[in-house]
Amino acid sequence: MAAAILFENVSRRFGTVRAVDNVSFEIADGEFFSMLGPSGSGKTTCLRLIAGFEEPGAGRLLIHGIDTAGVPPYERDVNTVFQDYALFPHMSVLDNVAYGLMVRKVPAAERHARADEMLDLVKLSGLGGRRPSALSGGQRQRVALARALINRPRVLLLDEPLGALDLKLREQMQVELKALQRKLGITFVYVTHDQQEALGMSDRLAVFNEGKIEQIGAPQDIYERPATAFVADFVGNSNLIGRAAAQRLAGLAGPLSVRPEKINFAADYSDVAPPVKAAGTVLEVQYLGATTRYEVELEAGAIVFMVRQNVTTGRAIGPRVGDRIELAWDPGAMLQVSGDDRG
Amino acid sequence: MTAASPATGSGVAGLRRGISTLLYRHSTLFLLLLLAPPLTWLGIVYLGSLLALLLQSFFYIDEFTGQVVREFSLRTYVELLTGAANLDIILRTVTMAATVTVAAAAIGFPIAYYMARYATGRTKALFYLGVMLPLWSSYLVRVYAWKLLLAREGVISWAFDKAYLGWFLDAVLALPVIGGSSLSVSYIGMFLVFTYIWLPFMILPIQAALERVPPSLIEASGDLGARPNETFRRVILPLALPGVVAGSIFTFSLTLGDYIIPYVIGTSRFFIGQAVYIHQGTAGNVPLAAAFSVVPIVIIGIYLAIARRLGAFDAL
Repeated sequence: MAAAILFENVSRRFGTVRAVDNVSFEIADGEFFSMLGPSGSGKTTCLRLIAGFEEPGAGRLLIHGIDTAGVPPYERDVNTVFQDYALFPHMSVLDNVAYGLMVRKVPAAERHARADEMLDLVKLSGLGGRRPSALSGGQRQRVALARALINRPRVLLLDEPLGALDLKLREQMQVELKALQRKLGITFVYVTHDQQEALGMSDRLAVFNEGKIEQIGAPQDIYERPATAFVADFVGNSNLIGRAAAQRLAGLAGPLSVRPEKINFAADYSDVAPPVKAAGTVLEVQYLGATTRYEVELEAGAIVFMVRQNVTTGRAIGPRVGDRIELAWDPGAMLQVSGDDRG
Repeated sequence: MTAASPATGSGVAGLRRGISTLLYRHSTLFLLLLLAPPLTWLGIVYLGSLLALLLQSFFYIDEFTGQVVREFSLRTYVELLTGAANLDIILRTVTMAATVTVAAAAIGFPIAYYMARYATGRTKALFYLGVMLPLWSSYLVRVYAWKLLLAREGVISWAFDKAYLGWFLDAVLALPVIGGSSLSVSYIGMFLVFTYIWLPFMILPIQAALERVPPSLIEASGDLGARPNETFRRVILPLALPGVVAGSIFTFSLTLGDYIIPYVIGTSRFFIGQAVYIHQGTAGNVPLAAAFSVVPIVIIGIYLAIARRLGAFDAL
């Protein structure tokens, strides 16, 4: 079976800026695929290439095995949920949702029935008569989703759809979107700059930087085995230990990356493997509620952050600023990363 | 006591602080003070004079003495609406205004569309300049310039002759009603000048309305399967309609009230503006002049009501 989406050496320039630079990857049918990266990394341009709002300057883009060259957006079997929702302000919610059917000349009775069904699906039953301006941000987001799904696309494109919502609502919508994707069984291509979202929802994700893909894989692969210093830094937090310090600490060629939560106090270390040990001085202690974050200057010549869960109630009796402590971590937690050496 | 409290402070500084505290605590009072001068101006000069005009139209002229009788009567309106000549003037002016408006919208929309959606940077500035520049030169100069262009010996006739199309111009001028002995004394000529003069007032509001349409709405329409012509009809046009209505109110009411263009260009038949001018001046029939000037107000009111009914302001 052909992949849902296939990029073959696709490039897209805007003036002298290479927004997408010779990118190749594929998205499987029925996959929840995220494109993660900072702004200007090319992820949104890739989405717009799939939707047909942009044409590749070079390379080929196939949707379900069909070359999209010269195929306008209105003839592609994909639909988009826009970042600003792009709801038509002069139409009711029901007419917004039914728009895709109206332009396909579906009779009024049928399209209204199906639009109602869609509103049920996104839990907005009974709001069809309102204007988009009379809805909250979260409700508009759902209308945009219903409108994009009414044509039963095989691929749904989502451009930072939760970006404008507050944290609680965003977390709730993440769960709902994932459940919806499972229920419908269609391909979701999700653009975000929020690594939590990408990790939590995706089957696979691609990390974009400066128009290129840094790494592509399942969330666990990306997080536990970042291929480049950029991925290690952008996805989650990471301590980057430079060449010289890496040599002194573990006898390894650096630079190395260690996640803050993998670092223990030497006394608490309980893994089987003999640990890497490092002595240092506490520079800063930040109490963050669920966790406490320590900044430690290692004698080997690096500054690392570590995060501990606050599992005990009452005042945590941890090290204080200026204390000399010993840290330990599993050698397997150290990842050799390519890219810049900042140590 | 080292620091005087606002209430008990003495001297100019204390008074100023007292006033500023008072205004801060009573924000409505502050707003009232700020708005009073412009509201008074608007109220007396604009609305007051309009009301006075309306009042005048309910007076009437005593036929024997020629004096204005200052008592309420509908006599003037009866005269306005039963006199064949007066009705002709109204009909003539409204037809001209409507034609000019439709033409200005037809010409103005594509220009406004290009300005709003495609032109950037220097091109856009050039377009703005092109639209605005005519407004900076004298209206009278432009009208008289058109009179020369449209004259029998003018450049337009000359160009038609040189292109061996003189017969065509003659055929057009031979048409009843809208024709005449030359373009400069015909309704066609008047229509051309009106359309030229008021076009910027149509372009600018449409351009502003189109500029406010987010590009993502147009993309969303295409994304959902609408072809460009359908996107235009169902998304762009409805959202630009308030701009078209605003522009048409300008062109329509400006044409209804103008008396210079019908005087300089066109036939000896009167338009509303000229009728007002004559009645309040030489004829001394101020009530009838007032009644005449109420006509555009009523017509614009009806037009707005219809536009609202048709949903022109739904996108606002």
